[in-house]
Amino acid sequence: MTDKVLSTPPHVEPVVFTRDMLDWLPWLEPMAEQDLTARHMAGLVDAARAKSAYFRLLVRDPEVLEHRTKTDKDIFYNPEAGLPRAERELAAAATSRFNGCIYCASVHARFAATYSKRVEDVDRLLDKGVDTDLDARWNAIVAASVALTSTPITFGPEHVDALRKVGLDEASIVDVINAASFFNWANRLMLSLGEPAAPEKA
Amino acid sequence: MSDVIDTLAGIAPGSPLDAIRNGRLQARTHAQASYDSLFKPLSEADASKVERIAIACFVAGLHGRPEMETFYGTALAEAGAPAAWKDAIAAAVKAAKGQGPYGHYPKGPLSAEDQAGPVFKIGAAEKSALGARLAAAFEHTHMLVFHPRDSAPAYLQALVDAGWSTTGIVVISQLVAFLSYQIRVVAGLRVLKARPA
Repeated sequence: MTDKVLSTPPHVEPVVFTRDMLDWLPWLEPMAEQDLTARHMAGLVDAARAKSAYFRLLVRDPEVLEHRTKTDKDIFYNPEAGLPRAERELAAAATSRFNGCIYCASVHARFAATYSKRVEDVDRLLDKGVDTDLDARWNAIVAASVALTSTPITFGPEHVDALRKVGLDEASIVDVINAASFFNWANRLMLSLGEPAAPEKA
Repeated sequence: MSDVIDTLAGIAPGSPLDAIRNGRLQARTHAQASYDSLFKPLSEADASKVERIAIACFVAGLHGRPEMETFYGTALAEAGAPAAWKDAIAAAVKAAKGQGPYGHYPKGPLSAEDQAGPVFKIGAAEKSALGARLAAAFEHTHMLVFHPRDSAPAYLQALVDAGWSTTGIVVISQLVAFLSYQIRVVAGLRVLKARPA
């Protein structure tokens, strides 16, 4: 019987938003690696994900995981047209900061910093939150992500106008919509099925 | 080929937004396949179709999006849900509606950003109409929609106690999380469509 809530091992809980690498500890039993069938491996998409407790938990529904992952990869990695990768990651980090997902924010703040080289701006978003002043273009992307993330959704024509004003074309605006919307998916999985842990100090 | 997001956002084949969506063809295809996997699952052992649609109706209602409420409301009727569910879901939506995201952070510097808000407890009449299992799923769904950073093992324990399996809980999480995405993409595309450059 696997149907029980797990107690997490002793760990250090991260209490701030950070670009540091974090671990993630599941609250429900992931599948055991040796029980993964071809169907589960297809669900994992990348075989290396069999090492991750998070993905081995989600692979209990392999079809949904597979399609979630392929949706994710195209929204963020497809290099054709649209918004530069750095700014798709900014939308993901801002969404995660606003929802309060410390784990997701850490991953996508790292990507945003790497691709934009604007480490200080990314750290200010993490430290001060989504109302911090970055620059006109980043402010517009963050504000659109926040409006899409609010419930009820407050995204309106004024956000579209603001994105156009700072130079986003239609495909780039759709990328902002996709990236922020997708992180409303990702944040809820990460937040509700386990918790982040600071890696053990050497 | 048009998909559910096109239908809900009113995107016509050959329109500019159709072309832009085709520029992310994998995302487009797999968003639809995610929807299909959740609502036409290979197995209903851990969460039945009608349970999934009922949760979707509740999520749509919590977001106050008429296009989504109509879409999943129609699906609920077609799935042969008990007659009492429609009114029970409407009553639960009315009682549960709020503004998010709110919630608490781990104790520390971020505690200054803590924002208290309601924890939804479903009414006795709705619980009796929907059954204990779906009632527990609705309480969890409200947390996931409005205050996901309050997630804690106790929320999962409540689902286990109501009879949900581990896989069933993964399905509920994916379902509510996917809908949070789908509703926002549709809302965003509708705004963009109504505001041509």
